[in-house]
Amino acid sequence: MRYLLALLIFAVTLLFVAVGWVTSGGLARAEIRSASTPTEAVQALLADVQSHNWDRAYARLANNKDIDRSAFERDLSGSYRSLRTYSSLEGFDVWPIHAASEQAVVRANLHWSTAVGPIDDVRDLKVEHQGSSWKVDWPSPNLPKVPPQVIPVNYLRWDVINRGPEDDWGEQNVDTPQVRIISMNPVERPDRLIILGEIVNEDTVPAYVNVNATLLDQHNAPMSQEGSFDKISHTLLPKQVSPYRIDFPGIKLKQIKSVRMDAKAMLVPASADPVIEVSGQRMNTDALGKKVLSGELLNESGQPVNIAQTLAVFYDSNGRVIWVSDGYIDQALLPQTPVHFAVDLPDDVAAKVQNYHVTVNHYSSGNS
Amino acid sequence: MRHTFVFFILLLLSELSLTGARAADLHPPKQVTAGNGFSIATTGNGDATFYLVGPSDRAKQTVRLGNAIEVAADDVRTAGRYIATVCGSDGCASSAFYVVAAAPAQLSFLVHPSRVPVSAKDAISAVAFVFDKFHNLVLQPVKVDFNVAVKDAPAISRSLPTNNGVAWIRLNATRKGGPAQVVASIGSISEHRVVQQVASDACNLRIKATRKGNSVAVETETVRDCSGNPVPDGTVVTFTATDAKGKTTVDAPIKRGTARVQMRLTGGATISVASGVAMGNEVRIGGTP
Repeated sequence: MRYLLALLIFAVTLLFVAVGWVTSGGLARAEIRSASTPTEAVQALLADVQSHNWDRAYARLANNKDIDRSAFERDLSGSYRSLRTYSSLEGFDVWPIHAASEQAVVRANLHWSTAVGPIDDVRDLKVEHQGSSWKVDWPSPNLPKVPPQVIPVNYLRWDVINRGPEDDWGEQNVDTPQVRIISMNPVERPDRLIILGEIVNEDTVPAYVNVNATLLDQHNAPMSQEGSFDKISHTLLPKQVSPYRIDFPGIKLKQIKSVRMDAKAMLVPASADPVIEVSGQRMNTDALGKKVLSGELLNESGQPVNIAQTLAVFYDSNGRVIWVSDGYIDQALLPQTPVHFAVDLPDDVAAKVQNYHVTVNHYSSGNS
Repeated sequence: MRHTFVFFILLLLSELSLTGARAADLHPPKQVTAGNGFSIATTGNGDATFYLVGPSDRAKQTVRLGNAIEVAADDVRTAGRYIATVCGSDGCASSAFYVVAAAPAQLSFLVHPSRVPVSAKDAISAVAFVFDKFHNLVLQPVKVDFNVAVKDAPAISRSLPTNNGVAWIRLNATRKGGPAQVVASIGSISEHRVVQQVASDACNLRIKATRKGNSVAVETETVRDCSGNPVPDGTVVTFTATDAKGKTTVDAPIKRGTARVQMRLTGGATISVASGVAMGNEVRIGGTP
């Protein structure tokens, strides 16, 4: 009787382990690992990347003799405290683009979960038939390397000394910067109302800005309030212009009578460095058929920018702001090294775009 | 808490005795200057207790009715309404008097803003509050001299009387940038403030471009506002170039009066410049020879 109970517990435990393995996708993984098709080969590779099993992922590469293992790992897990280093592969979609008996091209849409929200990364991967299975021919990681050099940087820096607590109330203080909203345009989308526009720092000192909007209903009562959050360049140098975007999900334009805008500014220490060039800006269509504005960012300073965010403002033929979109760059901007970027916009908006302007928010470790 | 309770009881007693029967009587002066000791004449006989309750002072002493009560200078430092009460064996008597501020001894000077664009009308506000040495607002009219001095420009002086302790003036910013020294004074007492008069928006923003191989060096002329003041370093100038590859933009800060960038441009390009809401000229540059 005693042995029977022990055997029963053992059998139940085995059953639970088996159920857990199946429900966690064990069957699917086992199928993927066999890599009998190009799609399964890519799925197997990405499943290993997802579980941070870099050795097995590296072993699945058709060209692993040509790729350094650490470079492969850095290509997918990031470096220089970039946004990718604060990300994990949440999931992926894989579908074949082209297939032949020995070679195939598979498109993978990698869904990264990052510190600033989800980011999709679309890659077309070559897959080769080697022996009895398919293996991925991983593109050689083009990791930038900055040669040792000295880059003199002598841009301005603003420091602020405010009135101290022991000073008399009549003692002079430094005023907050003067900022002005230079345009505001409400745009209705099927699922939301969006307030778009631009703000300028009119002062001669840097400003930390934030724009809030309050929607007023037909009786002039506040019905909803939102802020621009990260859809704005918060630190504005003198005479710098930033787009802003405030989303009101689930609200229609006909529900509101007016909008109360509120621009708040604070005097903050800031640096005029780094300067980032945005070159090769073009409107085109990406691999998924979406309209995008793409280009390259070039960090002209000597300090790496760990996380960069592009903010693009789009104007119609009357110079009115009709859309603002943003995108985070998942790799660090190393000095003098171009990095590609793309921000998408709705097709119906893209048809009306006459002009656009891209600004870059930057975050460097040790700086704000 | 206990002190507050005692204060209210005293106040109540005082107010009641002001309207009630008077066994003894007090004759304080109608008005006393803060920080000056004085005497209160009394009538009646015998020993009594004297209470003095003011806005932030209170005092208690045993007195003899019929003699003058000496109030120390330290007991009347705060301006406002005081109630003097004397309580003897046959009841209490009270009388109210006012303590007014002493001679002006301090100025609190508020100047706003700390930065102002040149040529701005009525942009500088200077407000002076006159206090005595005990921080009482001096309500009697006093003449305050305002003086504004800007380098290489004639000084502006005006004398204005205070109204309820406050004198104020509004000033135009001059056409020339730089610090403006704003001074308020009463006799030998003076307070200094500095207002930075800063350049306004860029005016006649002009660039020149020079091709250097696959890149183009673009530089502004010295950036000035419409009054000819140099726009401060750090002000952002946006360069925009359009070539066959698309559009290139760079936000570059002014450094030593000019802003310059190196743009990677191939072929012919059109380059324009702007700073804030001020637009500059546009130049066209040919392709690589």
